[in-house]
Amino acid sequence: MQNKDSIKNTLFIGLGLCLVCAAVISFIAVGLKQLQKQNIIIDQQKKIVAAANLESFYGSVPNAYNSIEEIVIDLDTGNFTDLNPEEYDLSKELQDNSKYISLSSSEDIATIKVRENFSKVFLEYRDGDLNTVILPVRGYGLWGILYGYLAISKDLNTIVGLEFYEHKETPGLGAEIDNPAWKALWNGKKLFDEEGNLLIKVIKGKVTVNEANSNYKVDGLSGATLTSNGVTNLLAFWLGELGYLKFLSNLKEEVSNV
Amino acid sequence: MSKASDVLFAPLFKDNPIALQVLGICSALAVTSKLYPTLIMCVALTATITLSSFFISLIRNFIPNNIRIIVQMTIISSLVIIVDQLLKAYDYETSKTLSVFVGLIITNCIVMGRAEAYAMQNGPAMSALDGFGNGLGYSLILIIVGSIRELIGSGQLLGYQILHMTTDGGWYVPNNFFLLPPASFLIIGLFIWALRVWKKEQIEVPEFSMKQNAPKEIKVEHA
Repeated sequence: MQNKDSIKNTLFIGLGLCLVCAAVISFIAVGLKQLQKQNIIIDQQKKIVAAANLESFYGSVPNAYNSIEEIVIDLDTGNFTDLNPEEYDLSKELQDNSKYISLSSSEDIATIKVRENFSKVFLEYRDGDLNTVILPVRGYGLWGILYGYLAISKDLNTIVGLEFYEHKETPGLGAEIDNPAWKALWNGKKLFDEEGNLLIKVIKGKVTVNEANSNYKVDGLSGATLTSNGVTNLLAFWLGELGYLKFLSNLKEEVSNV
Repeated sequence: MSKASDVLFAPLFKDNPIALQVLGICSALAVTSKLYPTLIMCVALTATITLSSFFISLIRNFIPNNIRIIVQMTIISSLVIIVDQLLKAYDYETSKTLSVFVGLIITNCIVMGRAEAYAMQNGPAMSALDGFGNGLGYSLILIIVGSIRELIGSGQLLGYQILHMTTDGGWYVPNNFFLLPPASFLIIGLFIWALRVWKKEQIEVPEFSMKQNAPKEIKVEHA
């Protein structure tokens, strides 16, 4: 090609290449979209099922998820809403300023800046009765926000599990929140004492059996004090007045009325 | 050695893109804390560099000189997007671990370097081979770094427990430093050292030489 550096050829190659590349990428992106969406949904379901420790009971994740009902609740009143859970998307809620409230620094224990007005929660029913409540929670760790699910058993005071699905913590230190051995510590821990005070926290070091309130304490992650504090804070926020407290007390009434 | 096998195998030890040319260090630091994502990253990069070298070489005689870098980047980034999309569809877990680093293959100097240095002057088949060879050279280092980091940092290989950790009641206290990116510097440094002891021709001529220490007699004494 003699005139490959001519303006005509430069434009031709530039545009031609862009068109070809754009076409190829579009085809592949559209072709794979369904599969990718499916992956994201399956991934979330896996985490929800893992938080509630349901896989061993139901045999598989899809089976376990079939027993779960998704419901959108109003965090201010603590009531169920009839909003379609399939259309609920937290990131969209947090873009529309009529759908969230900004938190003042004293309210914002978990350092999340804003709180959505509606939240999608997950209820597992076994033989027609409510068995586990799974609540999405989030809060700041060391490097970024930890996103996870907290599963509470039907007495609404005992933790079944805590599972994080997204975080930026240091591998080997803060990222040990994903360690199965640590996650197993949460099972059976209590949230509120008799007077309704929230006591659950991640402490520094190991919990000893004879310690006072050992039921409300979880071993700290060594070398990751800030991540451990982050977990304590996010639980304090989401189980507090601005979090799911109203919803949980409504639910408690409902369960005891039945 | 024939030309083809030379092109293919030279990047492993003789002309390794990481150890000799010291390119592509960023991803070598970032994705190697566990071996499995490391392997996926190696496959992703090798596929990208092989295909990009092939396509760039294919149209090398039509690429106008003024926009050749842009043309190369367009081809490379298209391939990287495709790799990223495939990963999200077929190995979602790993794509989450690798996160932005798959996208950052676009800026990996090895890929650009081979396009500019080799694929623009040579035929498609040889260029693809050259790209593949450099992909292997990159993979070699990453796999070594990934294995060492996962083994020392968490006592595992590919997620299987090899060393019995104290957290599970064993004897091995994991070295957390190896889970952090700077550990790769150490391992790559040691690797480069070992390689240059073996292949002396890789030792560069020093850019300046250290001055001799001042002789002992001229000690300044303050009384």
